[in-house]
Amino acid sequence: MIEFNDKVVKQFTIATIFWGIIGMLVGVIIAVQLAWPAFNFDIPWLTYSRLRPLHTNAVIFAFGGNALLGTSFYVAQRTCQVKLYSNTLASVVFWGFQLVIVGAALTLPFGFTQGKEYAELIWPLDVLLTVVWVLYAIVYFGTIATRTVKHIYVANWFYAAFIITIAVLHIVNNLAIPVNWHLSYPVFSGAVDALVQWWYGHNAVGFFLTAGFLGMMYYFVPKQAERPVYSYRLSIVHFWALVSTYMWAGPHHLQYTSLPDWAQSLGMVFSLVLLAPSWGGMINGIMTLSGAWDKLRSDPIIKMMIVSLSFYGMSTFEGPMMSIKTVNALSHYTDWTIGHVHSGALGWVALMTMACMYSLVPRLWGRDGMYSTHLINVHFWIATLGIVLYIASMWIAGVMQGLMWREVDANGSLVYSHVESIEATFPYYVIRIIGGVLFFIGILIQAYNTWKTIKGAPRPEARASQVDTANAVGEGA
Amino acid sequence: MSKHEKIEKNIGLMGVLVAIVISFAGIVEIAPLMTQASVVEPVPGLEPRNALELAGQNIYVAEGCYNCHSQQVRPFVDETLRYGHYSVAGESVYDRPFQWGSKRTGPDLARVGGRYSDEWHEIHLIDPRAVVPTSNMPGYPWLADTPVDIEETVASMEVLQMLGHPYSDDEIANAAASLTDKTQLDALVAYLQDLGTAMPKSYQ
Repeated sequence: MIEFNDKVVKQFTIATIFWGIIGMLVGVIIAVQLAWPAFNFDIPWLTYSRLRPLHTNAVIFAFGGNALLGTSFYVAQRTCQVKLYSNTLASVVFWGFQLVIVGAALTLPFGFTQGKEYAELIWPLDVLLTVVWVLYAIVYFGTIATRTVKHIYVANWFYAAFIITIAVLHIVNNLAIPVNWHLSYPVFSGAVDALVQWWYGHNAVGFFLTAGFLGMMYYFVPKQAERPVYSYRLSIVHFWALVSTYMWAGPHHLQYTSLPDWAQSLGMVFSLVLLAPSWGGMINGIMTLSGAWDKLRSDPIIKMMIVSLSFYGMSTFEGPMMSIKTVNALSHYTDWTIGHVHSGALGWVALMTMACMYSLVPRLWGRDGMYSTHLINVHFWIATLGIVLYIASMWIAGVMQGLMWREVDANGSLVYSHVESIEATFPYYVIRIIGGVLFFIGILIQAYNTWKTIKGAPRPEARASQVDTANAVGEGA
Repeated sequence: MSKHEKIEKNIGLMGVLVAIVISFAGIVEIAPLMTQASVVEPVPGLEPRNALELAGQNIYVAEGCYNCHSQQVRPFVDETLRYGHYSVAGESVYDRPFQWGSKRTGPDLARVGGRYSDEWHEIHLIDPRAVVPTSNMPGYPWLADTPVDIEETVASMEVLQMLGHPYSDDEIANAAASLTDKTQLDALVAYLQDLGTAMPKSYQ
């Protein structure tokens, strides 16, 4: 029997839920600050502009990152039928990654930042993250290389692409000359820096929040549905299409700016092309359920996964539409962008993470199932309602802002001042808070359910537990 | 699809192929920009920021102003009416990092220089609602009580000079003296008042 290293996966699992709570709590706080600025309290480290990067870093890299690293170790071991390449290095990766996150939490609120979106970490933390990432790659690829099965399972293709690409993006976008221990200047400036930044930023979405999570999807959805992946051929085609197309789409963040037109147009065309590989992944995931659709009624984890994939399909349709220059002229710089991001981040990334954690926790701790299936269902509905309130309010707010800004009267004068668009947005900011709070309550319910499951309190519909970790053997491809 | 089996059985080959396909975009989109004159040449009259303005830029970044303010006027009638001449790439060549932003919770600041008085900015930064009652911008009262970091600003100029910003050695030598007794508020206001002033105010 193979002695899988599940200890480190357990650590990553708990870290995922812990940082998820922190990151979403900060999200709720900054949403409140946008509606009622008095909640900045004139305290520097509680000020919106310093906390917003903390929110984005915490949810993307701490919540999402811990989920990706943990599940990649779990999936690699199962699908390769081999233990981790090195338990010591795996442990160093876990603690090193937590150190980077704690470093972020101790610097960003105090104004130590590089000032590039989603790459705010100061240069010493960038260096630390690079070291951790190299060690992570060694453990992951070492595990794949020492596998005892011939084929590399499709989930691992996506994890591999995620690890390689994030390394390239992180290093290039953070090339900088230090001034002192916290301040540095990028080697690129102006328009070049803008394109490098959004080449990075868009592919943090493309490879961190998409390829990595597709890796999770390709293992846990078939596992939970107890069905094989719908189409092997489709996974090959959409994998290579996704990997080769995503990198080109960065300039759509810079439509109508002073980035040269040819780069803007290239970005738009490739963004439109991206619809196809994105939907390839969604179709492959959802159709994996064919022949087992009844599970949507009986298994709230499957329900969460399928709704997550549906949000993935929706936001990857919306994204290409927003990259069209005419649409972007209206949507850019408004809250529509925020709505779009959250339909992907809450709907796709967070729901998939939460579903995979529900699937993983009982397996890791050798339980029959989660403590309460009912609470998973409650979580599902409260989170879905939260997402809908969030994205609908931001859509309306964004379109309204875009229209107000461009409104001119018969004499050709502007009709609204900028601050009037802020006043008009107020009710939508309040609705957004309600949506965010609901989503936040969802992860608290998950934390409680996870805690009770790990503590081993008997399930309400107690049934003798006969499952042990040994059933892990034989899982996978 | 049987040819794909080769890749599926060889993680080294798969890794190399992934690295190749992800490289094209950077080579085709980013590399040519570095040699395109309109992107890397400053517009006529654009000077690198003086010591106080540079200290202000560091504060602008540290406080995260870019989270809510863009510095990029797009070439639309409403934007040129509201903010002035559309932005051109040559105005940003001394911006590290670039400050085009991604969200306008507050208005664009690309040409805010000279639009309001220093005093207006000071009041507004300390308590935004004192001058714009329905603003949702946070106040930054601590800026008025915090001196600029002289050592850091001088070191910043030296690094930027190394990166090609045309500072003279004299300017750097005199920088410390020009920052004596200046607060972060003075620096941030000086930075804001300089924004967009190298170009004509309105679209001709």
